[in-house]
Amino acid sequence: MKLIFKIAKSLLLARLKQTTVAAIGVTFSITMFIALLGFMTGLNDLLDGLILNRTAHVRLFKEIKPSENQPIDISKKYLASYNFVSSVKSGSNRKEIFNSGPIINAIKKDNRVLGVGPKIIAPVFFNDGAIEINGSINGIDVDVESKLFFFDDYITSGKSASLKNVSNSIILGKGLADKLLANIGDVVVVTTAQGERFSLKVVGYFQSGIMELDKVQSYASIATTQKLLGKSNNYITDIQIKLKNIERAPAVAKEYANIFQVDAEDIQTANAQFETGSNVRNIISYAVGITLLVVAGFGIYNILNMMIFEKMDSIAILKATGFSGKDVKQIFTVIALSIGIVGGLFGLLFGFFLSLGIDQIPFKTASLPTVKTYPINYSAVFYIIGGIFSLITTYLAGYFPAKKASKIDPVEIIRGK
Amino acid sequence: MSEVVLEARKIFKDFKDPIIIHVLKDINFTINKGEFVSVIGRSGCGKSTLLYILSTMDTDFEGELLIDGQSMKNKKEGELAKIRNEKIGFVFQFHYLLNEFSALQNVMLPGLKLGKYSDEEIEYKAMQHIKKMNIEKIALKNAYQLSGGEKQRVAIARALINDPLIIMGDEPTGNLDKKNGDIVFNIFKELTEEFNQTLLIVTHDTEFAEKTHRIIEMEDGRILKK
Repeated sequence: MKLIFKIAKSLLLARLKQTTVAAIGVTFSITMFIALLGFMTGLNDLLDGLILNRTAHVRLFKEIKPSENQPIDISKKYLASYNFVSSVKSGSNRKEIFNSGPIINAIKKDNRVLGVGPKIIAPVFFNDGAIEINGSINGIDVDVESKLFFFDDYITSGKSASLKNVSNSIILGKGLADKLLANIGDVVVVTTAQGERFSLKVVGYFQSGIMELDKVQSYASIATTQKLLGKSNNYITDIQIKLKNIERAPAVAKEYANIFQVDAEDIQTANAQFETGSNVRNIISYAVGITLLVVAGFGIYNILNMMIFEKMDSIAILKATGFSGKDVKQIFTVIALSIGIVGGLFGLLFGFFLSLGIDQIPFKTASLPTVKTYPINYSAVFYIIGGIFSLITTYLAGYFPAKKASKIDPVEIIRGK
Repeated sequence: MSEVVLEARKIFKDFKDPIIIHVLKDINFTINKGEFVSVIGRSGCGKSTLLYILSTMDTDFEGELLIDGQSMKNKKEGELAKIRNEKIGFVFQFHYLLNEFSALQNVMLPGLKLGKYSDEEIEYKAMQHIKKMNIEKIALKNAYQLSGGEKQRVAIARALINDPLIIMGDEPTGNLDKKNGDIVFNIFKELTEEFNQTLLIVTHDTEFAEKTHRIIEMEDGRILKK
């Protein structure tokens, strides 16, 4: 085997220029593969993050809907009968989740769960002089929200902690604040659905990246929201759960809905379109990357074929002096793989540098306050796939020429002179 | 001197393309150890074809070939390669050396392939053979820098590296001038006289052939005279 490598090396060095060109082909395609995938996935993550970061994997809530079991259905007396009830209305069940405290504690103990936080959604009107702008206040646990949903990343001015520290404070969506002409430190007046009026102090702006959302959303602490609605301190309308593995959300949602007798929605159902979008983008990037590699593979194939034509004499002499077809095949396979390994390694390296370069290009957009440069995903997975792919394509590109070389009949070459 | 090194039994060969030509017809002979045999005949009489069959490189024939008492029939390509490596040394008309390697490395290659000795031992042996050929000055030169005569001597040294049972030559002097041809012949002669090396040389040079122990004359695919 050592001898095979030695011969392969000599053949390679004898045609250094050609083999370098072949290796550069691989390098270029791997570089583009890495940079392209890193950039594409970076963008994907960013776009998905716009929604997914801020969305619970499983959301528990109480839907307003008519009871499925009307009293007459439960009555034993009429079990055997058909019951018709006209004009069913949703009952007086509230939006509140009963027993929210114990539920949250129980969920916290589940080791599939990364974190859990309470939330109150309160629809309100913001009063600006004579006009009323409708919007909603999300009552949140600031610490949990920051930890699980990257709340701080979306606050463009002010601090999330102010919600806790300043009583009756509110963080307004940037769009909403613009409409209300509210600066930080100003007081805005809100009217609840029940008709109560409240004054809240603006302590910050937030920008989610989705304009429509920013025009209606605002955040306050749980306690402030409860006060606003005139509810007790165990009033909660939503429980947000973040799981360790997002894929398990549908199963967990089903399970919790059963155990806690609430409605549960998983992120996949709520945001199906995002997954589809990112999947398609991923497929496109892989397709482009693999196409580049295949093209490089053809380059290697050509160069090896040419090399074999040039080296017919050498192959014949190797065979005449006792090298078998298998040995010859190995020699050319080693040549192909060396081109692949060297080209691939440089490709990975340059791909990383190119990614670093793209990462430096300024990328500012009003809807993405925290993003300053183009996003790049440096996931090791791309480097591993790129590396493996460069080996596979070069192996295949080398396989056929090597096989051809192994089949060369030395007699024909030697006689042919 | 009676030990049989190579035996051909009823060897026939046809070329089927474009029409059937019987290249070899009923070839029977043996070569004993230490013999210096030459095969002569006009070009096209099938002597080269015969050599390639005897060398195991051409397996498309009828009849039986025994090397060192072993039949070459039904052997796989890899096994034949091993036999060529171990038992047969080659010298061709055109000095087939690997241009990517130095003369010394060219000589060493079959030895390294055989792997019977360590790299150092093979290098030492290769150097001994090169010295025997009086070409130690060019041992480290690249193959393409050598003259025709030098190349042919390197090729002979390469043929010797694995102490082969038999050395086969296909017109080894055919492409050399008189002086170099004589040098090569003298080397062969020395090998057979001093080292009891078996040699089978195909040539059309009758002068060369006459100086060998035995002449096999061929015409139209048959052996005329042994």
